[in-house]
Amino acid sequence: MKLCIQLFITFAKIGAVTFGGGYAMLPMLERELVEKYHWVTSEDLADYFAIGQCTPGIIAVNTATFVGYKLKKNAGAVFATVGVVFPSMVIIAIIAAFISNFAEYEIVKHAFAGIRVSVCVLIFTSVLKLLKGAVVDKTTLIIYLAILAFAIFTSIPVAALVIVSGVIGIVASKVKEGSAK
Amino acid sequence: MIYIQLFWEFFKTGLFAIGGGLATIPFLQEMSEKTGWFTLETLADMIAVSESTPGPIGVNMASYVGFLLKGIPGTVVATIGLIFPSLVIIVIISKILEKFRDNKYVNYAFYGLRAASVALITNALLEVIKIALLNITQWEASGLISDLFNYKSIILAVVIYLCNWKFKGHPIIYLAIGAAVGIIFGL
Repeated sequence: MKLCIQLFITFAKIGAVTFGGGYAMLPMLERELVEKYHWVTSEDLADYFAIGQCTPGIIAVNTATFVGYKLKKNAGAVFATVGVVFPSMVIIAIIAAFISNFAEYEIVKHAFAGIRVSVCVLIFTSVLKLLKGAVVDKTTLIIYLAILAFAIFTSIPVAALVIVSGVIGIVASKVKEGSAK
Repeated sequence: MIYIQLFWEFFKTGLFAIGGGLATIPFLQEMSEKTGWFTLETLADMIAVSESTPGPIGVNMASYVGFLLKGIPGTVVATIGLIFPSLVIIVIISKILEKFRDNKYVNYAFYGLRAASVALITNALLEVIKIALLNITQWEASGLISDLFNYKSIILAVVIYLCNWKFKGHPIIYLAIGAAVGIIFGL
């Protein structure tokens, strides 16, 4: 039970500062889950994000469910997932009840222009860390560059890209296994 | 029974919106037309609010629509409706993975998946850079390369990067610094 509450609090904390979508939570996940509590590894996070791309729902929520389940099965999954959405519910309810045109205020706009810059830098540092765990040889480097190019220049659904790269991973490993014999 | 309807509409959105908060927008547009719970203008406002508040847009939208219709209980019902399908699906996937974690082929697949996942995150990073550090519309209007860069933001980014590299520190600190600098210098 203690761990469940800790999961709820940790994910509520992460949910409270995730500005701008699921990827923006990556630096917080790294800090809280990997470095502070050692609940998961950076590689686990990359795996969760990959699966989150091709399953229904929001990545932030999916990641919370994965981590919660890993630590405390079904109960952990529920506590972590409710934790991650809890701050949004509270904040939005407050905004809906009291502040109209929240996004129109000059001070809010300036603050968020600044926050976006920080988010940018923090995601950049997270990407550097993740690259070390994910791009480990020539094959993975090619997959990385190819998927990045497809994501930038085409509108192929990301779920398809993720599935194809999984298949390539299997085939490439199988070929290597064969040539090693 | 409005609660059941709220739950059901957001349940469907949660079930079919694959990959990230932005994927919920088309479903929300449809919901607006079908139920009349909110207008398309409200949806546009909500996207703006979502960009300026923590949390994924889908969750924010569910909370907001729920609140408009039925106050706090509405907020809770709509949000739970939205996250319920993914909660169930991810728990099932976790159970399957647990069983096959040591399977050779599952590990082979993840060897490829991981690289793809980081590539997609890199792509998201590029999108954020475009919004946070560049003035694409200004540049397109004038055609001057010097108009493309948002110099104040780029200087802030470099300073934050160096501080983060030197002092580490919690990400929240840097978000707060970003907000403060944004307000003081009018980014």
